[in-house]
Amino acid sequence: MTRDVVVIGAGVVGAAIARELSGYNLEVTLIEAKGDVGDGTSKANTAICHTGFDASPGTLESRLVHSGHQLLCEYANQTGIPIDKVSAMLVAWDDEQLQALPGLKAKAEQNGYDKAYLISAAATYEKVPDLGPGALGALIVPDESIICPWSTPLAFATEAVSRGAELMRDAAVTGVDVGQSTTLVHTTKGDVETRWVVNAAGLGGDTIEAMFGFDRFHLHPRRGELLVFDKLARPKVPVILLPVPSKMGKGVLISPTVFGNVMLGPTAEDMTDREDTATTAEGFDFMVDKARHLMPTLLDEEVTAAYAGLRAAHDQSDYVIEADAATRYAVAGCIRSTGLTSSMAVAEYVADLLKQAGLEMHRKSDAELPEPPKMPQIGEQAQRPFEDADLIASDPAYGRLVCFCERVSEGEIRDALHSEIPARDLGGVRRRTRAHNGRCQGFYCGAHLTAILQSSVREEI
Amino acid sequence: MNTHVPVAIIGAGPAGLQAAAVLAPRVDGPVVVFDREAQAGGVPRHCNHPGYGMRDMRRVMTGPAYARSLVKLADRAGATIKTSSMVTDWADDHSFNVTSPKGRDTVTADAIVIATGARERPRAARWVPGDRPAGVFTTGELQQAIHLEHQKVGSQAVVVGSELVSWSAVLTLRMGGVNTVAMVTESPRPETYAMFTYPGSLVFGTPLHRSTRVVRVIGRHRVSGVEVEQLSTGRRAVIPCDTVVFTGDWIPDHELVRRAGIEIDPATLGPRVDAGLTTAREGVFAAGNVIHPVDTAGVAAMDGVHVADSVFDYLSHASAPGSAVKIVAEAPIKWVTPSAFRAGGRKPPAGRLLFWADRYVPRPTLVARQDERVIGTVRLGQAAAPGRVFHAPWQLVAGARPDAGDIQITLG
Repeated sequence: MTRDVVVIGAGVVGAAIARELSGYNLEVTLIEAKGDVGDGTSKANTAICHTGFDASPGTLESRLVHSGHQLLCEYANQTGIPIDKVSAMLVAWDDEQLQALPGLKAKAEQNGYDKAYLISAAATYEKVPDLGPGALGALIVPDESIICPWSTPLAFATEAVSRGAELMRDAAVTGVDVGQSTTLVHTTKGDVETRWVVNAAGLGGDTIEAMFGFDRFHLHPRRGELLVFDKLARPKVPVILLPVPSKMGKGVLISPTVFGNVMLGPTAEDMTDREDTATTAEGFDFMVDKARHLMPTLLDEEVTAAYAGLRAAHDQSDYVIEADAATRYAVAGCIRSTGLTSSMAVAEYVADLLKQAGLEMHRKSDAELPEPPKMPQIGEQAQRPFEDADLIASDPAYGRLVCFCERVSEGEIRDALHSEIPARDLGGVRRRTRAHNGRCQGFYCGAHLTAILQSSVREEI
Repeated sequence: MNTHVPVAIIGAGPAGLQAAAVLAPRVDGPVVVFDREAQAGGVPRHCNHPGYGMRDMRRVMTGPAYARSLVKLADRAGATIKTSSMVTDWADDHSFNVTSPKGRDTVTADAIVIATGARERPRAARWVPGDRPAGVFTTGELQQAIHLEHQKVGSQAVVVGSELVSWSAVLTLRMGGVNTVAMVTESPRPETYAMFTYPGSLVFGTPLHRSTRVVRVIGRHRVSGVEVEQLSTGRRAVIPCDTVVFTGDWIPDHELVRRAGIEIDPATLGPRVDAGLTTAREGVFAAGNVIHPVDTAGVAAMDGVHVADSVFDYLSHASAPGSAVKIVAEAPIKWVTPSAFRAGGRKPPAGRLLFWADRYVPRPTLVARQDERVIGTVRLGQAAAPGRVFHAPWQLVAGARPDAGDIQITLG
C-alpha cells in the first residue's frame, strides 16, 4: 500500500514528526536503520530540556527551542516521561566570564526568557557547596530541566504507533527512486512506496539529502564522551552546572540525571567514522581535569558508566527545515543537541511545511485519537514501582527485584519486552527500565537479565 | 506494613547467616535475615569449586554446598530468612523499607547487622576506555552466567587481575568451555602468587602478562580484543579475544551504610567498626566483606559468629558506643580492619587485625604508634602481598590509650 509519508530516522526528531503526522488522516511509516527507537544520537546526549535562553536570537532554532520547551514539559507531565526542573547555574570562574553573565541574561530576554538572574559568589557556594574554589558569581536559569532522553523518543514513537503509524526497525535506507507521484524508498528490510518523504536521519541526514539531489548541508560526527557518577554523588550536584561560553575554550557541564546519577562532560572531538562511539584515555583525562577544577570532590565518587555519543556537527548556523513540493521531500536537518527540547515544535513546523507544500491533511478528531501513552516510571522524582505497595499487591512481579542497584523489578522488564514497541536486546531493556545501568554494571543482575532476554527471544520464536 | 523485630540482619551471605544461626536461639523474638536474591547463601552460591567450609564447617566443600549448609544452619537455629526481599532505603535510624513480591514493609529493629558484602569494580569504575561491546564481565557475573544460568559466554577470554579470584575466573571459564588466552596483571612480582601462578600456568597453560595494564577494550558489537601496555616500556599490543573478565578490585556494597550517614572508613570504603564490629551508630553492627573487601567466606562467617556476641550484649544492656580512636594504616598498607579502637572492648574476630597491602613486602614488620610513641611491634611470618589479606595479632594495638589520638600503623 502506498504510504502518505515515510519518516526516515526514529531518533527524537523523527519520532516526534511521526507522532505529529499520525495525528492527521495520513498513512505514516517511520523507518529506523538501527534496532530500536532513539538508538543513535538521541540516546547519548546531555538530557537537558532547555529554555533556549542561550540560543542565537532570531533563529529558527531559538523559536523552536522556546516553544518546544513548553510543549515537551507539558507532554512529559502527561505521559510520565521523567522530567525534573532542577534549574541551571552558569558559574563564572574568571573576570571575563563574570562580565559575560549580564550579557547572557540580556540574551535570554531576547529569546523570550525573562526569569534568569545573577547571584553573588557567596550565594553560588550556598547553592552548591561542593564547587571548587574560585567561583566569582553565577547566572541562575530556574526553568532548565533534566529529562529522560530514552523515554522521550519512545513515547513519541509509541504514540505514533498507537495512532496507526507503522514502525520499521533495522531498516537502513539504501536509495530512493523519485517518481511522478510517488517515491520508492529502498531499505534493507524491503521497499516502501510513499507520496512524501521526511528526512530526520540525524547524522545520516546529508546522505539522504544527496539521494534526493540536494546539497544544502554537510555533517560530520562530533564525539562527546560522558562520565556517569554513582548515585551517592547526587547530593553534591543539586542543579545543572553549565559552562559560561568564553575564549578559554569549551567547558563541560556537570548535571544531575533523572535517574539520580551525576553526569560529567561532554568532550568534543571531530571524527570521520559515523559509528565510532569508543571512549578514550584522552577524553577521560580532559574530563577529570575539568572536574578537578569545577568540583574536586566529585572525583571521590565511583564512576558508574563511561560512554560516548556522536552529535551531528554541521556547516550551518541554524536548523535546516525545508520542504520541496517538486520531489515531495522535506528535511529536518542540522538539529544539534537542542533537538531533544525542540523536537515537538520541529514536528509541528514540519507538518505546516508539508501542508503548505500541498500535502492534503486533516487533523483527526479527539475521539479518533487514542490516549497518549503512559511511560514506565523510571525517574527518581516520582514513585517507582518498587515503592508502590498497591501495585505490588496487584502484581507481585513488581516486588521481585532483578536489578538491585537501580531497583528494577521483573514486572517492569516483562513490560518492556511486551510493550507496544518491545525491547529486543539488553540495550532496549536498559533504555526502557534502567536495568543493568547501576553501579554494579551486571555483577549481580547481568546473568539473570541475559536469561530473561534469552527466554523472551525463545518465546517469540 | 510495619513490623518490629529484635534483630534484623541485612544480607544472607556467610556473615549474615552465621550471625543469625548464633543469635536465633539466644534472642527472645524473631531474628530475621533479609536478602534480595531469590536464594540465600551469598557469593558462595556461584563459586562452584572446592575450598569452602574449612573454618566453620570443619570440612572442605564447594561454594554452593557451603551456601546450602549455612542456610540450613541458620534455619535450624530458628532464624527467619526472607529472600527476594531487598532493603531499599532507611525510614529512620533503626527502621528500613523492604520490597518483596509480598509487598512493601517498614521494619524496625533493636539491633541491625549490615552484612551486605562486596563486589568487584566493573570496567568503567576502573577507567578502562574503548568500545562498549558485549562480552565484558566481572567474575561475579561470569560465575552466575556459567554456574547458575548455564549460559555460553564466549570462546577466548582475557582475564584482568591475578588475585585468588582471578584464578577462580579462569577455572569458571574453563568449566564454561572458554579458553583463557591470557591473564594480565599490573603487579610486577611473580613470587606474590607463586603458589597459584605456577600450578595455574601449568594446569591451564595460561600465559601471565605481568607489569601490564589494559588500556582499551576493542569491538563494536562483541569484544574482538583488548589492547595492553607494558608498564616499563610503554609497548602496546592487542590480544585478540571475545571475552574479557575484570577480576578483583573489590568495593564494599556500602550504599545502605552511606545512606544512613554512618561513618565510612575511607580506606576500606566500608563502615568503620571497632573490634566488636560495632559501627559508629548505636545498635548498628557490620560483618563480613562489607568491612574487609575482601577476605574468604570463612573469615566472613567468623565475623558473623563474633558480631552475634556483640549484638547479644547490646540487647542485654543497650548503651551507646563510647568514644573511639581511629586505627589508620600508612602505605603500602591499603587498609586495616577493625579501624576503630575502644578501651576495654572485646578482641576482634580470631584476635586478629586484617590488612591489605598495595605491594609485595617479603617479611614485614608492623609498628603501631600513638602520638609518636610506639605501642606495639609485630614481625610477621607471612609476606604482605597485594590481592590477599594478611593479618597480625590484636596485641599490636591493644596497649593504645583512648585519649591519645589516632593509632598509626606502618609497615617496614
